[in-house]
Amino acid sequence: MKAWQWLVALLAALLGRLRRGARDTDAAASDSESAERPRIVPAGSPERKAENVVLMLLAIATVFALGFVVTYAEFAPSALPNELLGICLGMCCLFIGVALTVMSKRLVVTEELEDDYPQANPEQQQEIAEIVHESGSRITRKRLLLGTGAATGGALGLAALTPALSVGPIWDTRPLDQTPWRRGTRLVDVHGRAISAADIEQQTFYTAFPEGADPELIGSSLVVIRLDPAKLRLPAERLGWAPDGIVAYSKICTHAGCAVALYRKPLFAVVEANNALVCPCHYSTFDPFTGGTVIYGPAGRPLPQLPLMVDALGGLRAAGNFSARVGPSWWAVRNKPT
Amino acid sequence: MMRKRTPAVGLGLAWLFALGAAVVAFAQPRSGIVRPTTEPAVPSAGLGAELYAGNCASCHGIAGAGIRSPRPGAGDILGAGPPLRGVGALAPDFYLRMGFMPLGNIHDQPGPEQERVLFSDTEVRSIVAYVASLGSGPAIPQPRPSTGSLAEGQQSFALRCAGCHQIVGRGGFVTGAEVPPLQNVSATKIAEAVRIGPYLMPRFSTTQISNSELNSIVRYVRSTNHPDNHGGWSIGNLGPIPEGLVAWWIAGPLLIISCRMVGRRRRR
Repeated sequence: MKAWQWLVALLAALLGRLRRGARDTDAAASDSESAERPRIVPAGSPERKAENVVLMLLAIATVFALGFVVTYAEFAPSALPNELLGICLGMCCLFIGVALTVMSKRLVVTEELEDDYPQANPEQQQEIAEIVHESGSRITRKRLLLGTGAATGGALGLAALTPALSVGPIWDTRPLDQTPWRRGTRLVDVHGRAISAADIEQQTFYTAFPEGADPELIGSSLVVIRLDPAKLRLPAERLGWAPDGIVAYSKICTHAGCAVALYRKPLFAVVEANNALVCPCHYSTFDPFTGGTVIYGPAGRPLPQLPLMVDALGGLRAAGNFSARVGPSWWAVRNKPT
Repeated sequence: MMRKRTPAVGLGLAWLFALGAAVVAFAQPRSGIVRPTTEPAVPSAGLGAELYAGNCASCHGIAGAGIRSPRPGAGDILGAGPPLRGVGALAPDFYLRMGFMPLGNIHDQPGPEQERVLFSDTEVRSIVAYVASLGSGPAIPQPRPSTGSLAEGQQSFALRCAGCHQIVGRGGFVTGAEVPPLQNVSATKIAEAVRIGPYLMPRFSTTQISNSELNSIVRYVRSTNHPDNHGGWSIGNLGPIPEGLVAWWIAGPLLIISCRMVGRRRRR
């Protein structure tokens, strides 16, 4: 039953195509007849000079677009010259625009219709189709122009897609899971000096890094603060993570990866807002007393906490890795860090 | 049955009410500072004690003991404030000279909104001397920004201050408070704020920021009064977002003008 219906449909489609093909050949025949018919659009003389100009402009635009790709490939991501990238893209668009302007002014024959927009009138519609067809008649090297245009468009598209190469890792997300923190890693300050527990005062904040590791890694930087141990409300499994009330959190916001650079603390807690770590980008606000839970803003998960311990000499050391993965969230973010 | 009042009578009554309310509002003294009848011309801890009792004690308690739980004071205004024993000359000098105190409402931020100094210099000196005598505490810092290094100051500022105050010291917001801009703030006041940590700002002791590092920070902050804008037009030194917006405001009209020049529209 079904196969039968399919067969009928296929036959109908084939028949339709054949008939359309017949109509097309009719049209072609009438086209050759229309050679004698009077043109609507004046023929206009071919302008090879203008064509050359358009080709040149498109070629320059292509060079600029490729310049963007080359610049992007040449420089390290941290040292990308923004001005150069901007100039390349801007000039490419500018030259494409100039090429199109020259084309419309010098190469395409224009005919102005002063009537109202035509209704569904087959005669007039055919007329418009004819105008469109005829207006390209001045162009002598249609294929070359089309090819160059396609090349320019392709180069511009390539330039627009190039920065996407920096996005990632796409398949292997393991680097995102790794942090330099291990049990026993010493906390050092921005100058590389070891931080001792006695250095950490209340009412202020410290930025810390793992000793001997790259401070630029997303899992490196910490914000360290000392809180009143009596006020700490850490989850049960983190009870030993804050020796003498010293807590450490990743300094990278879990929303968009900015540095959580704001620390607020009340001078007079009776009437002022409570202690919080705040990200300056979108004001995600994290509660340091309860393990970095989000109390305001767009962040979707708590700031990862680093367990701390104090060694025999009073120095601050990590007692393990973060409580969760560091940095902005992605699909596998809730897995445990390694 | 109740007689229906004409609208004219109602309007007149409303006017009377409004007038009465206005008279009451204007009758309140604006500053509300209480002063002794004969005020000596030279600063003294005695004058400070009198001024303190009249203007500060309703929130900060008798002899700087502090009031922990808000309670109605004069005119049923809620009073609560931190103890002032042991704050030394540092805190009263900063708060009074910035115009942050006295605070109209204890829930307000003592800060950018209400910078008005209601006490004369003699009165400020007297209160500072009195509060400093309540317990041993830090003195007024004397920063010497000329001895600091601008580069070190910028690094330090970027690490500890710029998160809230913005790298060119233009201020901003933190959840729960407004962050004041740092222009036209004297070197002493900058140093005082660093050592006190007013309102929600962290406090930085001499072990975290040494006096010489503080000199550098103050020098950097003072330099933001006239930053050298290498890029040209600074647009208020507010950062990349306003700069981008201005670029669009210039580029947009240019694009529209060129579109109009390129295309043509036929009038019928």
